[in-house]
Amino acid sequence: MKRLSIAEALRETISQEMRRDKRVFCIGEDIAIPGGWGGAFTVTLGMEKEFADRMINTPIAEAGFMGIACGAAVMGMRPIADVQYSDFLFCAMDQVCNNVAKLRYMSGGKLTVPMVIRAPVGVTGRGSQHAQNMETFFMPLPGVKIACPATAYDAVGLLRTAVRSDDPVMIFEHKLLYGSKGARAESGAVDASSDIPDEDYTVPLGKAVVRKEGKDVTIIGTLLMMHRAMQAAAELEKQGISAEVIDPRTLVPFDWETVRNSISKTGRVVIIEESPKQGGIGAEIAATIAEEMSELLKSPVKRVAAPNTPAPFSPPMEKFYIPDVNRICAAVQGLI
Amino acid sequence: MQKTYSKEFLLELYRKMALIRHFEERVKFLFLEGIMPGTIHQCQGQEATAVGVCAALNENDVVASTHRPHGHCLAKGLSVDSMMAELFGKVTGCCKGKGGSMHMGDLAVGVIPAIAIVGGNLPLAAGSALAFKMRNEKRVAVSFMGDGATNEGVFHETLNMAALWQLPVVFVVENNLYGASTPVSMTVRTKSIAERASIYNMPGKRVDGNDVVAVYEAAKEAVELAKSGGGPTLLELMTYRITGHSRRDPALYQPEAERKAAKVNEPVGRFGKYLIDSKIAQQSELDAITEQIDQEIEASVTAAMAAPEPKPEDALEDNFVESI
Repeated sequence: MKRLSIAEALRETISQEMRRDKRVFCIGEDIAIPGGWGGAFTVTLGMEKEFADRMINTPIAEAGFMGIACGAAVMGMRPIADVQYSDFLFCAMDQVCNNVAKLRYMSGGKLTVPMVIRAPVGVTGRGSQHAQNMETFFMPLPGVKIACPATAYDAVGLLRTAVRSDDPVMIFEHKLLYGSKGARAESGAVDASSDIPDEDYTVPLGKAVVRKEGKDVTIIGTLLMMHRAMQAAAELEKQGISAEVIDPRTLVPFDWETVRNSISKTGRVVIIEESPKQGGIGAEIAATIAEEMSELLKSPVKRVAAPNTPAPFSPPMEKFYIPDVNRICAAVQGLI
Repeated sequence: MQKTYSKEFLLELYRKMALIRHFEERVKFLFLEGIMPGTIHQCQGQEATAVGVCAALNENDVVASTHRPHGHCLAKGLSVDSMMAELFGKVTGCCKGKGGSMHMGDLAVGVIPAIAIVGGNLPLAAGSALAFKMRNEKRVAVSFMGDGATNEGVFHETLNMAALWQLPVVFVVENNLYGASTPVSMTVRTKSIAERASIYNMPGKRVDGNDVVAVYEAAKEAVELAKSGGGPTLLELMTYRITGHSRRDPALYQPEAERKAAKVNEPVGRFGKYLIDSKIAQQSELDAITEQIDQEIEASVTAAMAAPEPKPEDALEDNFVESI
């Protein structure tokens, strides 16, 4: 058992998986350059020392290397492809959406694409183009699974599951949760470190976790928003409101059962999301709850999300943009 | 032709090209009759590129194809039956009816299901080659593309990385002078596409793509280079599509004189004439080949039409290995 940040935990886990399985390799920009940063957020720092032949540093060519990873996966390798910022996935959209996600289906199930795509997300003082929570763009895409680890424990367990899965899995990691150190440290970082057991545990895809039990309202949030929801729940507790916090951990598959069980108890639900509200993850969750669980609801479903604009740069505007504890509390209070 | 080849080898090249031609013509007819669903992009006139290149490959080498994949699939060894059934959307098709014309393929014979986004298959071929190289396997991957694909950004990205890492991949441009309806002269400033290879420091060669033996020889050289660790090659095969871009396209953008010349230069007739003129084969032998092909194709049509339709809810299968 040892205490690790998400960045450290991912580094250890990727290394373990590469030792365990020779088919696993990493491919991406700046991932393993001696004297470099180990990707944008230190996750693969120094790994070139042990895995000289399996840390493939690419040119700045997201479509190209994402497609190359896909081709290698089809031929039986298990690539972990890494973009520095999830926003760059737009450059690789054709490869991810048309090839990675569809090749198995188009082949009539005759081939597999066992690859992992890792992508950092979050609105973090970088303006509009290094800010997006891109998981929202892939939730409507059949053919990929989506994981959003909010703690180091989950980062380890979900990564192991993803690498060992025969299906393509996208893992969205939050810049403020990595616990990156040195020159790559983030201001405003939130501690997401965990005690990591020594044994080879996994976290299944499609299994949510109840982070805090409560009886008055269910708050659903992933990544940074889960941490904000926990802070809000602590605030609400002082006001005599008992909030249950659910971290779905994976968006595809989504654990509707845990949500249903929680709403059967609370009858109220608030969904927190760092992306714009329009057509987002909250919209999907809310619609499904309205469609399939409306008999459990005591009040309408509420969403707390970013506004329908790009992320602004200036700190006061950025602070306004990202859902915070006050907005979450206000949304809950409005329901009770 | 510099080298001499066995009659058996040459007749097999002819048979494969004639198979593609007759397959495409039969499919066109079925489509125009309204019997076959979907849309089709056909390769009449381009048979020598597929056959010449695939003749240089082993069974365990792989090809990545395009929205115009029938020729590549047949040349690499996909069965007429499984392709015809796929075109009819039947469960006996090579993709169980999930792919159709534009996603034809079967990894079992080394064809990645065809990628119908122009340029989209290039990194899949390069990635396959990366896998071969990392595992020290003596295999090569081929990316077939049209001239239009060479203007996509992913063309540059992939050729750059393939050259950088000396991947065992061959990039085969079938330059049929048109990207859909737009002449290549309106889309490319350079004299040839092959010359672009020089900026990636890889060999590039323009070849008569309607001369199946010339294609074979160029491909063999590229494949041998790739398999010996010499990295990728860009081949530009000059050819011509003597049918529409898709469906009912009458190809009015192709000038009459150009079309006439192309019909004389089309590879199947041209190679047949060569075989007879150089006394390698007799007309009766070629006729026997085509007769056998037609029988095979007719049998495949009968079988495909009789094959069961998929259950509608089969649409829900094959999305994931571990379904959700």
